[in-house]
Amino acid sequence: MRDELYNQIVQPENLVYKKTKLMTDNTLSYCPGCGHGTAHRIIMEVLEELNLAENAIGVAPVGCSVLAYDFMNIDMQQAAHGRAPAVATGIKRCWPDKIVFTYQGDGDLAAIGTAETIHAINRGENIVIVFINNGIYGMTGGQMAPTTLPGMKSSTSPYGRDVHMMGNPIKMTELISQLGGAYFVTRQAVHTPANVRKAKKAIKMAFQNQVDKKGGVSFVEIVSNCNSGWKMTPVQANQWMVENMFPFYPLGDIKIDGELVNK
Amino acid sequence: MGELKLMKGNEAIAEAAIRAGVDAYFGYPITPQSEVIEYLMAEKPHERTGMVVLQAESEVAAINMVYGAAGTGKKVMTSSSSPGISLKQEGLSYMAGAELPCLVVNVVRGGPGLGTIQPSQADYFQATKGGGHGDYHLIVLAPASVQEMSDFVELSFELAFKYSNPVMILSDGVIGQMMEKVELKDVVPRWTDEQIKKQSPWATIGREGYRERNIITSLDLDPGRQEKHNEKLIAKYNKIRENEIRFEKINCDDADYLFVAYGSSARIAQKSIQLLKEKGIKVGLLRPITLFPFPYDEINKLADQVKGILAVELSAGQMVEDVKLAVCGKVPVEHYGRMGGIIHSPQEVATALEQKMIGGKK
Repeated sequence: MRDELYNQIVQPENLVYKKTKLMTDNTLSYCPGCGHGTAHRIIMEVLEELNLAENAIGVAPVGCSVLAYDFMNIDMQQAAHGRAPAVATGIKRCWPDKIVFTYQGDGDLAAIGTAETIHAINRGENIVIVFINNGIYGMTGGQMAPTTLPGMKSSTSPYGRDVHMMGNPIKMTELISQLGGAYFVTRQAVHTPANVRKAKKAIKMAFQNQVDKKGGVSFVEIVSNCNSGWKMTPVQANQWMVENMFPFYPLGDIKIDGELVNK
Repeated sequence: MGELKLMKGNEAIAEAAIRAGVDAYFGYPITPQSEVIEYLMAEKPHERTGMVVLQAESEVAAINMVYGAAGTGKKVMTSSSSPGISLKQEGLSYMAGAELPCLVVNVVRGGPGLGTIQPSQADYFQATKGGGHGDYHLIVLAPASVQEMSDFVELSFELAFKYSNPVMILSDGVIGQMMEKVELKDVVPRWTDEQIKKQSPWATIGREGYRERNIITSLDLDPGRQEKHNEKLIAKYNKIRENEIRFEKINCDDADYLFVAYGSSARIAQKSIQLLKEKGIKVGLLRPITLFPFPYDEINKLADQVKGILAVELSAGQMVEDVKLAVCGKVPVEHYGRMGGIIHSPQEVATALEQKMIGGKK
């Protein structure tokens, strides 16, 4: 009975969504509710839609997405913590016609890899950097990140981030937008279908810039959740993100075609 | 005969890199090896052979640029001096783990810390025993002349690709800065994309034709698989030990005593041999050319013939530990070496042999 119904529904004309072949069939290692899976998928969809997969090389970081190469069905290199922009530089300088991107979390990109991030962008390397900012070190168990909000609790700021003692959260995306080598800088999110569509559009523009050799880094920050690290349910985490992360890390384009967007 | 030039060791490395068809150099300035990147920038290798030269923001970034480029099957190198090489250890460990070929040149200066900019051989342990974290070895070549600085570039890449392993040229401030006549090799064209695809099918250059994808990584969270990987690396290092030991023997046939010295100390020891000969003391020199793999067996054989062995190195005594391992207590082994950037004179070395080996027996 079930099979009959199933066969009636599963018909080509009813197909509204198909998983991109650039995502492997491996089960995602991310927590249910985490934004990484969606971010992975839209990057892979963009590579497929722009027909770039056969020429693409991704650089995976250290952090929750250290195993990104288990899911992204393209050639990939795993980089040391924070070094992805340098690794990507090495690849791109030797293969200027290949498509090269890094996928990095906040600890990777905005703490240990600050120098590599700033200098790869300042050199205007023709690469795409995707920056997942969830304000916490997820993989190592919820420690304070460079982007942890003031007052936010983590395992290394158990009484909340005291900015006088622990420093302020860093707005890396605004900071790097000031660099001459930053060509396209935007901040997006993937917690609602509308945001996923917007984020995908931004990622598409980023890769198109690279194809068109616009001369500079295309940088897409995705403000994301970490329900495990934040000790919340997925729904609560998204709510908390909207109420607390977005006011501090406002969504929208910061720099387009090498020009800062006036707000 | 190839083109003859009078060059500094550092310049010879740079020129040899262009001629060997190296695809990219990533580096950061540090004394006493900055001539490598200066020479490369001045020579415009991009125009000569298409070679990429880039000044990175740090040694850390430079070695990771090397990692990225090496992961695409290219011939890539970097150079630095001691403090900078310490910064590269993270990248070298990752490259050894991921089995990536590359060349790293260390023109050693005195340490620890910022130390001095003068020559030293105090990075022997770091170079030969791993250097970074985890169980691994670099293949280590020790040039003793400007000619060898040039020649070892090509040899390094041959070994790096043969064993999919980083290779280090362990030089020092003397060999890097001194000028000597050097015979340069003819230019070898850089590898074509087709050659790279053929000889490095593991290279991450995109899944052309949706071939099986390639992944460059040193990570395996499964302990069983990670141990298998470690065992594979050990088997490789053993193969390197079997096949790649290189050394030079000078005056060893009728020697009563033996110097073991590499790099600049080997050059100094040769003069000390002459000084001692004038006094009727017959001393030979075993010069390891590869420091990993180390010529243990050869030194062990020579220990049957001589009365004592003096390891001469510009350090507090590092290689001497390997010499002792090689000798297995058959004869006395002592160390002599100046430190802090001071270079021992041939007379000092000769006197040390007389005092430690002949006169001053403990």
